[in-house]
Amino acid sequence: MGKQLIQTHQYPNGLTLITETMDDVQSAAFSIMVPAGSIYDQTKRHGTASILADLITRGAGPYNSRQLSCALDDLGVQSHEGANSAHITFSGATLAGNLAETLKIYGEILKAPHLPDDQFAASRAGAEQALLSVEDDPRQKALIELKRRSFPAPWGLPTDGDLADLPHITIKDIQQHYQSCFQPNGTIIGIAGDVDFEQVRQLVDDIFGSWEFAAVREEPGLVYDQEKVFFTEQESTQTHLGIAYDAVPYGHPDYYAAWAAVGILSGGMSSRLFTEVREKRGLCYTVSASLTGMPGLGRVLCYAGTTSERAQETLDVTLNELTRLGEGIEESELERCKARAKSSLIMSQESTSSRASSIARDWYYLKRVTTLDQINEEIQQLTTKRVLGYIHAHPAANFTVLTIGPQPLEVPSDIL
Amino acid sequence: MIFYKEKLNNGLQIIAELNPNAHSVAVGYFVRTGSRDETDAVSGVSHFLEHMAFKGNEKYSADDVNRIFDEIGANYNASTSEEVTLFYGSFLPEYLKTALELLSTLIYPTLRQEDFDMEKKVILEEIGMYDDLHSFTAYEKVMQTHFQGHPLGRSILGTVQSITDLTSEQMAEYHAQQYMAGNLTLVITGNADWNQVLELAHQFCDHWPAGKTERPMDEASPADHAQIIIEKGIQQQHIMQLAPAPSAQDLLRLPAEILAIIIGDDSNSRLYWKLVDTGIAESAELGYNEYDGSGTWLTYLCSDPELTESNRQRIQEIYDDVNQNGVTLEELVRAKNKLASRLVLRSERPMGRLSSLGGNWVYRQEYVSVADDLKLLNSVTLEGIRDLLKKYPLGYSTTAAVGPMTSVAD
Repeated sequence: MGKQLIQTHQYPNGLTLITETMDDVQSAAFSIMVPAGSIYDQTKRHGTASILADLITRGAGPYNSRQLSCALDDLGVQSHEGANSAHITFSGATLAGNLAETLKIYGEILKAPHLPDDQFAASRAGAEQALLSVEDDPRQKALIELKRRSFPAPWGLPTDGDLADLPHITIKDIQQHYQSCFQPNGTIIGIAGDVDFEQVRQLVDDIFGSWEFAAVREEPGLVYDQEKVFFTEQESTQTHLGIAYDAVPYGHPDYYAAWAAVGILSGGMSSRLFTEVREKRGLCYTVSASLTGMPGLGRVLCYAGTTSERAQETLDVTLNELTRLGEGIEESELERCKARAKSSLIMSQESTSSRASSIARDWYYLKRVTTLDQINEEIQQLTTKRVLGYIHAHPAANFTVLTIGPQPLEVPSDIL
Repeated sequence: MIFYKEKLNNGLQIIAELNPNAHSVAVGYFVRTGSRDETDAVSGVSHFLEHMAFKGNEKYSADDVNRIFDEIGANYNASTSEEVTLFYGSFLPEYLKTALELLSTLIYPTLRQEDFDMEKKVILEEIGMYDDLHSFTAYEKVMQTHFQGHPLGRSILGTVQSITDLTSEQMAEYHAQQYMAGNLTLVITGNADWNQVLELAHQFCDHWPAGKTERPMDEASPADHAQIIIEKGIQQQHIMQLAPAPSAQDLLRLPAEILAIIIGDDSNSRLYWKLVDTGIAESAELGYNEYDGSGTWLTYLCSDPELTESNRQRIQEIYDDVNQNGVTLEELVRAKNKLASRLVLRSERPMGRLSSLGGNWVYRQEYVSVADDLKLLNSVTLEGIRDLLKKYPLGYSTTAAVGPMTSVAD
């Protein structure tokens, strides 16, 4: 992979900076993860973090909403902010020479947002529009609902909130969420590109050094769903299937074996699901499985969209492939996973945005950064025996099955 | 960055912008064929053929193609538009030979009957999938209505009926006619050796049949204020509207690109501040699309059905103002900055560079480096935007509506 220059710094107020200095790029990208995600939404107020992520850029420090957008555009910043389960994340990329000015603006956003009362209604209405659009998109809805049903609350709850809760959320809820969650302790700033660590360390100190440490919050408790089969009737053309089962989370010693097991199922067009469900039977256009998780809990989430009369067969064939994995895997299947991993790790060095988010995410899950060489080595050392051993220890089981479409499907009771 | 070009005896064009420091190499075959080159009898064949390409030839089966691409860890795919079918991938530089051989295999597939019958089912599933994506339905309908009687009005996917009726013989005939070497451009960006590229191109492509098809490029003259309403029991109303805009060969396309950013980008644009920031629409965007000989302004509005009419009026007020008064210098400078940054950041990756390099060549037979592209962008003036608006004012001549509404005002 070549040598990577990754450096970290912990500030006295609890803020963590991780930088990766990259060759042959002109840009610098950043990913700022503030521990203010939707898991901290209060009961009956789901959507608070999502509205805050929008409202927080509507004016900060010396800028009103429009001035803020213009300042970022003038610096050529391609930015995005949004709430996920654990964090509100601010990410962006620009030419490296503009990074210092850009981070100063983000300093204002994080430390001195106006959270204007007079824009709250618009922000909440925007959140409502987005949720209504999900109702109209059965594929997106299937994946959101599958996550809800297969992870414990509040981690599985939709990060954009709940339509029924939105009318109850007030500007006070937003301000309170900001007050209790926006803090330097637990906040992670990842920066990658044509940057110098010492300069960035000083810059971040100048901008965020005075940000005051806040009281440590209690993490929310977990509530598990006991139901395993879900059906939502919708007059869609296709039936949308979601299937989830247990795996191990990121950071687990067997994580890469789990990654390879899912890769054999769904990595590339020669993978088992694509071959068996689409290529050999023509049952669908899209079929996929991915390994996903929260701290301490991993699940595999699968999706397939198919016309309703072929939905039962699609479900049966897919479930069969998932459970059949434990019968054996071929050397060549694992080799292909290794080749895909190597190539995507090397190519990630061409994207400052991808590296910035990777190093920040790594710090959140592991409190350290895994280098591309380390990941590659872990993966290249995998054997079919080891992957199969993982599959036997963690077989596809404890299924959650969800369908959205005109008719419910039969789910064999012995797999639940 | 060094630019190279070559033309094989059969007419295949090869262009490359190479950078020895890149980690990867990206390769694409741009085939100048798409739905606009079809007839009613074979509606959807370009896209179906794109799928069939991955089924292999005498040497490689469908399984082989998928397996070998995965063995080299390739990121690869294909796409079909109204005008171009593109087969592309990015790879580690050491796999150039394997990758180029496989991508070349895609261009002349065997079209086995059993593969054709199986893939037909997948295409029908894909049509079903898009049927559940309402903005896509609105796009298809507005294109068909706006370009009625013009080749650009043809559906890319085709219909359930046209795909069901299509035979493999019809596809083979279409392939023979459209996939002649003169209709193809091989585009390479990133870390590769030009001599090796040429050597491989001779090896894999010299035997391809020579020839080239001509495409009628008459500018479309859409009917005024045509409408199509598709009622669906969904929550949000989707409105798409088209109006004529500069073609891919028109110099006014540069000011058009900038104007679309100023008026209808997804952030910090006039439509954004009026409709999205205020929470009265989920999306309100203006896009500019260029085609051979024609172009469109595409307005997209997605909002609560009850707000649709008032939102449409707000959009019209913005357009009337712009048509009459143009834009400000501040807006122009800001939009240039925004576009310049997008251009530079995208170009850092070979895969990000592939489409603009190929697009410029296929549509205009010109090479534009990133530096030259930035210069072109900077050359746009307020006067240029005024000239553009005089010839192609913002507005709509065609409307498609998908959602609960049973009618829309004209």
